[in-house]
Amino acid sequence: MATGHSTCAVRIRGYIAFLGSALLFLALMAAVTLPAAAQSAPQFTQTADDPFAAAVQALDARKFSDKAKAIDALGVLGDERAIVVLQAFADGRLYRRKADKAVIIGDRDGDGFSLTSPVTGATAGTAASGEIKKIIANNKLRGQIRGVLGQLALFSPNADDRLDAARNVIASPTEDALGLLKRARDRETVSKIRATLESGIAVLELASDDRALRLAAVATLADRSDPNIKSALEQRLLKNNGEFTEPDAEVRAALREAVDDIDDRLALFGLVENLIFGLSLGSVLLLAAIGLAITFGVMGVINMAHGEMIMLGAYTTFVVQEIFRSTMPPELFGMYVLVSIPAAFFVAAAFGVLIERGCIRFLYGRPLETLLATWGVSLILQQLVRTVFGANNQEVANPDWISGAVAFGGGVSVTVSRIYIIIFCLMVVAALAAFIRYSRFGLQMRAVTQNRGMASAMGIRTGQVDALTFALGSGIAGVAGVALSQISNVSPNLGQNFVVDSFMVVVFGGVGSLWGTIVGAFSLGIVNKFLEPVSGAILGKVVVLVIIILFIQRRPRGLFALKGRAADS
Amino acid sequence: MGPISSRLVAMESKRGWAAILVLAAIAIFVVPILNLAVPEGSLFHIPTFWVTTLGKYLAFAILALSLDLIWGYAGILSLGHGAFFGLGGYAMGMYMMRQIGERSVYGNPDLPDFMVFLNWDSVPWYWLGFDQFWFAALMVLAVPGALAFVFGWLAFRSRITGVYFSIISQAMVFAFMLAFFRNEMGFGGNNGLTDFKDILGFELSRDTTKVGLYIASAVSLLIVYLICRTVVSSKLGRLLIAVRDAENRVRFLGYSVTNAKLFVFTLSAMIAGLAGALYVPQVGIINPGEFAPAKSIEMAIWVAVGGRGTLFGAIIGAFAINGARTYFTAAAPEIWLFFLGSLFILVTLVMPQGIVGVYKFLRSGELIEAIGRRLRRGDA
Amino acid sequence: MAMPEPASGPDAVTAREPSILYLEGVSVSFDGFKALNSLNLIIRRGEMRAIIGPNGAGKTTMMDVVTGKTRPDTGRVLFADDVNLAHLDETDIANLGIGRKFQKPTVFESLTVFENIYLAQKTKRSIAETLFARIRGEQLTRIEATLETIRLTERSADLAGDLSHGQKQWLEIGMLLAQEPELMLLDEPVAGMSDAETEQTVTLLMEIAKDHSLVVVEHDMKFVRNLDCTVSVLHEGSVLAEGPMESVQSDPRVIEVYLGR
Repeated sequence: MATGHSTCAVRIRGYIAFLGSALLFLALMAAVTLPAAAQSAPQFTQTADDPFAAAVQALDARKFSDKAKAIDALGVLGDERAIVVLQAFADGRLYRRKADKAVIIGDRDGDGFSLTSPVTGATAGTAASGEIKKIIANNKLRGQIRGVLGQLALFSPNADDRLDAARNVIASPTEDALGLLKRARDRETVSKIRATLESGIAVLELASDDRALRLAAVATLADRSDPNIKSALEQRLLKNNGEFTEPDAEVRAALREAVDDIDDRLALFGLVENLIFGLSLGSVLLLAAIGLAITFGVMGVINMAHGEMIMLGAYTTFVVQEIFRSTMPPELFGMYVLVSIPAAFFVAAAFGVLIERGCIRFLYGRPLETLLATWGVSLILQQLVRTVFGANNQEVANPDWISGAVAFGGGVSVTVSRIYIIIFCLMVVAALAAFIRYSRFGLQMRAVTQNRGMASAMGIRTGQVDALTFALGSGIAGVAGVALSQISNVSPNLGQNFVVDSFMVVVFGGVGSLWGTIVGAFSLGIVNKFLEPVSGAILGKVVVLVIIILFIQRRPRGLFALKGRAADS
Repeated sequence: MGPISSRLVAMESKRGWAAILVLAAIAIFVVPILNLAVPEGSLFHIPTFWVTTLGKYLAFAILALSLDLIWGYAGILSLGHGAFFGLGGYAMGMYMMRQIGERSVYGNPDLPDFMVFLNWDSVPWYWLGFDQFWFAALMVLAVPGALAFVFGWLAFRSRITGVYFSIISQAMVFAFMLAFFRNEMGFGGNNGLTDFKDILGFELSRDTTKVGLYIASAVSLLIVYLICRTVVSSKLGRLLIAVRDAENRVRFLGYSVTNAKLFVFTLSAMIAGLAGALYVPQVGIINPGEFAPAKSIEMAIWVAVGGRGTLFGAIIGAFAINGARTYFTAAAPEIWLFFLGSLFILVTLVMPQGIVGVYKFLRSGELIEAIGRRLRRGDA
Repeated sequence: MAMPEPASGPDAVTAREPSILYLEGVSVSFDGFKALNSLNLIIRRGEMRAIIGPNGAGKTTMMDVVTGKTRPDTGRVLFADDVNLAHLDETDIANLGIGRKFQKPTVFESLTVFENIYLAQKTKRSIAETLFARIRGEQLTRIEATLETIRLTERSADLAGDLSHGQKQWLEIGMLLAQEPELMLLDEPVAGMSDAETEQTVTLLMEIAKDHSLVVVEHDMKFVRNLDCTVSVLHEGSVLAEGPMESVQSDPRVIEVYLGR
């Protein structure tokens, strides 16, 4: 059946083209979600003889208490230059130049020091060690500096630092930060940071003497969803010596309502976050299991080396990464993941064909023997990888576009890699389903599954279909390995951790049902995630295993069981 | 001759009984004498290390027998037998742990070290009674038996067979591993139970104790072998084979497949527990690693290599593979997994009846006939 | 489609004479396909009944329902007028005294012919009884008699797997006999048999029918005619016609079903 064969090859090429376009889509996603960090920082234009210079000079006081006042003064000024000065002070790099008594930053350079002016930031020549004298700080001062530095980060040129600082102020509000926050707010150009600063101001204004101001603050905070804001609101509702901290009943009612609102939202966000975590865990399970669903579900072959196909995919990713690192310009490095996907598919698929032709095909109809033989294959593959790459974990770096976290909906925050895994997994499954449904090879595969003898009689080369089906299942496991390399360690036993889980997913969902595998993977992922906070990660897993074992008693053929005579054989 | 003894005699051929008696005599009498009575330095002296290693193999052979009983005869491939072996081992380990008393590092007379470390005030309820040997010995059989009964009842009643059973039994042992890794479970977590001092008052570090444990293992193997032989040569043994061949047909004959499987599975689990209990004092440690799914799968290959459904093959396989492991891990550790992996493939593909099968094939003269056929075909 | 009333209505029969098997309004469906569609069937005690019908008529499903392999969605299945079989499993039903021979001969291939009969022989089925069972003289005699009946005495010590297809069919019938059931269900007992073997089987079945109730499902019309008993024609999960072979064969509906419209 030469024509059948070549059509089949064409279909596979079509499939690869599909994968290619899928990858393009991934790359576009990457471009869109690149962190919005490159926002402009606030600009400072101030003259040299400002209060800042005076405050810097005041650091060189005789008494520690005076130094402390100077530090506070620097903090209140809200000048980004103060960050450098205070950091230098805390590090013991702040000196008095004996010649002009000027306060100066000194960095050891050979025998002497290279000097920098703290006010202008310009270099100020060099000095021998005898020409300058260190300005001493003690631990108490260093602690104070840390606090001030934290607030000053509100004026940092880095948007992320500013956001963190604003959140820190909310987490531990101090009254004197109010002025600072207001100044920072007036300068802030990024709306998200501005909103956070507004919240900070409102938190501080909760303690204001002006009832109207307090009510306004509660109104501002009511639609926020930060646990710290919630606890700030709750603080006001506590009783202190029998008296409410918040004296006014109306404000208290508003506070209570605001707390309830935030509670509801936080619960919702927690739910959404857990759901996304669960979905991403389910995606990992699904990626690992979907290849198995084909080899086990469709062909009835128990492939205990399935985990090793995943492992091979992960190692292919590692090799591709190393090639990129040594031959490609660094700006293209992030693309190595995209190249790894087809590479891993083909490496794993090639091993799959090798295993099927060399071993499994002799064992059709003897599932227990297949199980043992493929276990042997898995041991050999593990040792092979261990011999070639060593027993240690290999470092696979996340490209920039996969790292970091995204926040949306006002309070839900998840890591980007989780989102990608979910999207990637859905694409793989969709591609696979379409391939099985629409391609000629998919048709042949289904024909062989349903009636091997009849398919063979109609001229389908069942042996070839077996080999290619197995290659497909293995290849997808390899692709799963690419995804796993991004979120877990790449080691020779990577696959072993997934064998039991993947089998559970397939059995739970119902053998032979792709749909069942999908539902099985996601429900197990989500159940696992929701159990974790209740029972701890490991016990959660044990509980899930026990649930599955019990579930299989009730529905021995899984969630989506085939019925009728076909299921009996 | 009474009915029981006459049945026993009928179970094996005369040659079979002769072989069993000779091997048992060597294992039970000759090896200990060569260790204890023959002076060190003599050519015939067997070092204590080897006696203990052999004792370990004997425990593995018992374990292999337990697996052959269900896999070889009833067609139940359990990939979770490590759970029963491990539980038997833990039960014995708990007894020896409580014998340590004040000799522990923390010196607490009532609490094992790891419990002191966890700031526990007293032993949890499930440790009660394990200071008594008879209780621990009972638990060695009862705990794996009860687990197998419950697990088997759930599985066999729902007609979970073949690879499905294998997979969920693997999930079971995996769950045990995860659970026992937790410190809060109260079984020593990661490190398991170790630093044992003595058993029934005999110091474990003494040679005579080690030889004693070895003899106990050898005698246990003999008894377990005879029990298994009794079962498989009874009518029930035929029934198990029938279940293996055509489970549904057996139901239509009016036998309860569930009960038959449950009986043999529970018996097998108790034997595996006994093997674990004999193993732990000889190696001096039990930890959750015994529950690793890989270990349970490996047991299946002992049976397959020796030849399943023969009982004797399981013993041969356990000795052969564990002997090979001892050799390889010392001589060429990186080869070991290649060797073991290839063995899995070769045995299933080339010699599905194992060593015993090859032996029978050679003895039956079929090989010569086959060569003859091949030659005649070559002529034609 | 209007359902023809069976020759005699179920209620009328129970009132008149005892039945060994009584199916009333039994329906089974697999994924929307109605394998049995409100099937009514009554087998009198001591009767031999042949069941014919085209592929997919529900013959095997009917046996599955009676022997507990498949649960009916609706309807009543009574054994000996008083035991409801719908909620019992295969083992219980077998122990009530219903034996079944499968379409594909199913014997225990790694056991000897003798052991196959030995296992089937009517004894207490508990695990303890089985573990400690010993063959007594009278038991041995009966096994040997059964072997004689199915003409396998010579092969008694051979593995069942080494028998020919026809011999396996006979062995399975022998196992049924050893089970000593009140009702025997035979699914295509002569499939794959030579003409001579088929004739011998007819003789054997007639012999068995003397003291058993028998339901035979068969495709081989000549064989069915030779059995000389009441024939029920199944079509699309219910009884299309019932009566002696001659009248059934001349029924226009049966002709239509078999020859197409």
